[in-house]
Amino acid sequence: MFTRRLIATAAAAGMALTLAACGGGTGTPGSTDGAGGDGIKIGIKFDQPGLGLREGNEYTGFDVEVAKYVAQELGHAEGDIEWIESPSAQRETLIETDQVDLIFATYSITDSRKERVSFAGPYFIAGQGLLVRADDSSITGQDTLGGKKLCSVTGSTPAQKIKDAYPDVELQEFGTYSECLPALLNGTIDAVTTDDTILAGFAAQEQYAGKLKLAGEPFTTENYGIGLKKGDVELCEKVNAAVTKMVDEGAWEAAIEKTLGAADYTPGPGNPPTPAACS
Amino acid sequence: MLDILARYDIVGAFWMTIQLSFWAALGSLVLGTILAIMRVSPVAVLQKLGALYVNVARNTPLTLILVFCVLGAFYILQLSLAPASAPLRTQIFLWAIVGLSLYHAAFVCEALRSGVNTVPVGQAEAARAIGLTFTQSLSQVILPQAFRGAIAPLGSVLIALIKNTTVASIIGSQEASAMMKTIIENETGSMVVFFIFALGFVILTLPIGVGFTELSRRLAVKR
Repeated sequence: MFTRRLIATAAAAGMALTLAACGGGTGTPGSTDGAGGDGIKIGIKFDQPGLGLREGNEYTGFDVEVAKYVAQELGHAEGDIEWIESPSAQRETLIETDQVDLIFATYSITDSRKERVSFAGPYFIAGQGLLVRADDSSITGQDTLGGKKLCSVTGSTPAQKIKDAYPDVELQEFGTYSECLPALLNGTIDAVTTDDTILAGFAAQEQYAGKLKLAGEPFTTENYGIGLKKGDVELCEKVNAAVTKMVDEGAWEAAIEKTLGAADYTPGPGNPPTPAACS
Repeated sequence: MLDILARYDIVGAFWMTIQLSFWAALGSLVLGTILAIMRVSPVAVLQKLGALYVNVARNTPLTLILVFCVLGAFYILQLSLAPASAPLRTQIFLWAIVGLSLYHAAFVCEALRSGVNTVPVGQAEAARAIGLTFTQSLSQVILPQAFRGAIAPLGSVLIALIKNTTVASIIGSQEASAMMKTIIENETGSMVVFFIFALGFVILTLPIGVGFTELSRRLAVKR
């Protein structure tokens, strides 16, 4: 009897833990509504070096820098920001269910996403690039990919682009980009492909210093926007004003240099972009 | 919903899931049977080896096993299961089958061992008493009854295996969950997408559950 009760209690505790994990928040009391109030919940990637990376309680990367600047312009000090992990597949849901106020997570503006969320920005124009070994000169751009082995993430836009446009390229897909890198370094894969920002973020990491380089020009255009609740024009305009100010003040360029500079990365044509009108 | 069904080859993706499941089920059945024989054999070394394999394989996350197979074995150690000229997708397909088989063999082994336990000790003793060797009594008396007693748990293992093939998308296998990731990337993750794929797996697994329950009832050894 006692054992059975013990098991039941343990099961209930386990379920409570699971539910808490589903909530995902870090327990800051009192939720906020968009701008205003004390805190702001900002969705970023936690696993993308150079863009949005969590190391202990430190958050670094270009997305984080832009997010901090925009939050400040909206009247939130850095300490009031609650960072929330926003994996690609969950971004629309996180916004729709008010779990985040804004998302800065290499979030490309597309028509199908616009049906569910609104975008401020763009605050950056990225493009699909190629990351190769520093001593490899056989890949110089998208025209030199014939017969090569490329690596990307399962189902991602860059992976689809390779499959559709370059049928003679062999594509390895992994769960994350990190798994591509060991195979790239030992020569069994020729290039990793995705947004040039993400690639620069990896190349800028200390352990890859001098071993990797970006090859050729970006060959697609991805407009990184700031995801927010659909139809919230007021917030969108405030965010756009903040982004414009960031660019004008030079803080935008400083943020690029600070986060991706170590990879010798120069933003592609069109940067810094002018935010589009809100709707 | 209809436009998603029209624009993406979802049936093709599920066909890949079925192929993976079929070959991995075959592989894990063979390996699992060998392991089960090792574990019930009278040789202490084989028993220990079997137990070691089962405990290592079933306590290692499948994700880790699959990533090890492709990133570790194929890319780093450069072990190839097909001629070097074979396309990458063939290599990945073969490694996915190997990884899934290695993992599920541990569960097949345990299901079979539970089947062996349904065979009364008297059966084994009688087999030895009439002069059958260990191999003969195992293959003629014990295993046929053990398989019949293990049908229900084997069905559960097969259902788990079918659902676990989704993990193979992280090594680039183009099965159902890779297709789901593609659709979510392009169309955003909605309930519709979720339901299409949930339905697909229910269609695959539900008949198997019903079938195995029916089989286990019909084939149960009447004692």
